[in-house]
Amino acid sequence: MELALAVLVGVLTTCAIYLMLSGNMVRFIFALALLSNAVNLVIFAAGRLTYAAPPLIGEGAKAPADAVANALPQALILTAIVIGFGLLAFTLVLVHRAHQALGTVEADEMRLAEPAADGDEAR
Amino acid sequence: MALLTLALVVPLATAIVTFLARGTPELQRGLSVAGAATLLGVSLVLGAEVVTGGPLAATMGGWPAPFGITLVADLLSAAMVVITGVIALAVAVYGLGEIEPAEERLGHHTLLHALLLGVTGAFLTGDLFNLYVWFEVMLIASFGLLALGGRPDQLDGAIKYVALNLVSTLAFLAGVGLLYGATGTLNMADLHGAVRELDNAAVVFTTAALLLFAFSVKSALFPLFFWLPASYHTPSVTTSAVFAALLTKVGVYALVRVFTLIYDADMPLIQELLLVGAGLTMLTGVLGAAAQNEIRRILSFHIISQIGYMVLGLALYTPLAIVGAIFYILHHIVVKANLFLVGGVVKKLTGSEDLARIGGLWAAAPWLGVLFLIPALSLAGIPPLSGFWAKLVVIKASLEAEHYLLAATALVVGLLTLFSMSKIWLEAFWKPHPEPASAPARGLDRAESWALLSPIVALATVTVVIGLVAAPFYAVSVTAAEQLLDPGAYVTAVLGARP
Repeated sequence: MELALAVLVGVLTTCAIYLMLSGNMVRFIFALALLSNAVNLVIFAAGRLTYAAPPLIGEGAKAPADAVANALPQALILTAIVIGFGLLAFTLVLVHRAHQALGTVEADEMRLAEPAADGDEAR
Repeated sequence: MALLTLALVVPLATAIVTFLARGTPELQRGLSVAGAATLLGVSLVLGAEVVTGGPLAATMGGWPAPFGITLVADLLSAAMVVITGVIALAVAVYGLGEIEPAEERLGHHTLLHALLLGVTGAFLTGDLFNLYVWFEVMLIASFGLLALGGRPDQLDGAIKYVALNLVSTLAFLAGVGLLYGATGTLNMADLHGAVRELDNAAVVFTTAALLLFAFSVKSALFPLFFWLPASYHTPSVTTSAVFAALLTKVGVYALVRVFTLIYDADMPLIQELLLVGAGLTMLTGVLGAAAQNEIRRILSFHIISQIGYMVLGLALYTPLAIVGAIFYILHHIVVKANLFLVGGVVKKLTGSEDLARIGGLWAAAPWLGVLFLIPALSLAGIPPLSGFWAKLVVIKASLEAEHYLLAATALVVGLLTLFSMSKIWLEAFWKPHPEPASAPARGLDRAESWALLSPIVALATVTVVIGLVAAPFYAVSVTAAEQLLDPGAYVTAVLGARP
């Protein structure tokens, strides 16, 4: 199971990096979604994978009788998902507004904040 | 306990009440300044407490450490919070004279205090995942501030800022996850012991590399700084100033904290990367600045170059070098914020930041010239201003560690910084205005001069005081560095005494 997750994380990260390197901001948003899911899976796997063992403590007991799933990574992932969703939504709106204002989604063509010097234009 | 929470509650409460008061701008402004002043007050009490009583710690929600989320203030954290309070008050007052009513309606004050909340939280937290959360609080607030108003060039800058910073937080998160998987804890004091007991060098190195990458992006280290010069000159001057003062320094703080408390210096490759990175950061920053012709774009590149000095201090990892890094951070925050604030007044008086289109300010406003020279000369490291002592300590430390090339780089970069500052001086102040007919007719009205100039005068005074009476500030840096290099007191404050 760990192996499958490791491969999945690798594939997601590879796709994310490939998309990010394209310089297109729409692809960048997809890459961001893939990469944040890859990271969430890393945290999940880091918390050890256990089958069907809910972290519940029996009545009257102070500790669970058997080994149970680790609840903390799931709490961390939940936090990361919420934050990631907010940031993804913001980025989506930002890219949309930038497209309206600048007429492009290509990062290389966005030169308003850093206009090309005269020497650059010859290239 | 109460003090640590209060330092977070004050900016949070201010953010909320300024949001609720968004219908009445006067009330909103008053609340914003009052909130910033309260934050400064709380931070000063916190600072005094830590200076006399050593590191303070508190756990949230009644869970004992290392299970609950811990807030800790050792001397470095406390000093950073105090300086955050100083900057908060300065930019809150400056904003009264600079922020447009439209930006106020869109929530400038609320976002500013949310940003301060994230920064203070990042300085005070003792939990690695919690640090990630504070980084995100700070980031989302800074995204808002940066794009506020939505001018096309702002959106352009914001895209690059947002994209690169999000990649870095994901690397941070992955590092945190793997470190948790290896050690089973996220509490930084607990990690101090746990990482040393790990016998898996690969995990230690991988997580260290991920965190190094993440914090290097945040602190705009070479070659990961491209988001900074793309965006810092686009928002309002108030926003630029608070970004310039605090955001990259949170990255440097995180580097210092993580690579003293969690990891020890026993990672030659990481240390080598930091050393080379620091040298190239100093150099590229200052050369980038030399190619610019707008005040805020010049100053933005100088942030990068100055970050190099701080990281050099950390990378050398001798006691003196760490002292130098801490002193440098504290001095730099004040100086850099002030330069941006002066730049804002220049823009207000002349209507432009482009050095080719302005001039004659020395004749029109000589007082502004003096107020510019204090932080500018301090940035370049001219005695007896604060920057001289900061550079002196860092360079002395690199000479003692026999890194002569880096010491030479630091000296040359100081000289080039002076070149850039004199360029602004000559172009904006000394040379006559290029088109006298269109020279500024407008002065500052009374309310405006109070709002804009009092923070500049106050920060310049701080710079001069740090320069002339350097001893107590140096002593604080020495104690802070001792606490970093021997985190026994920090660990005991968090986890209690252990056999």
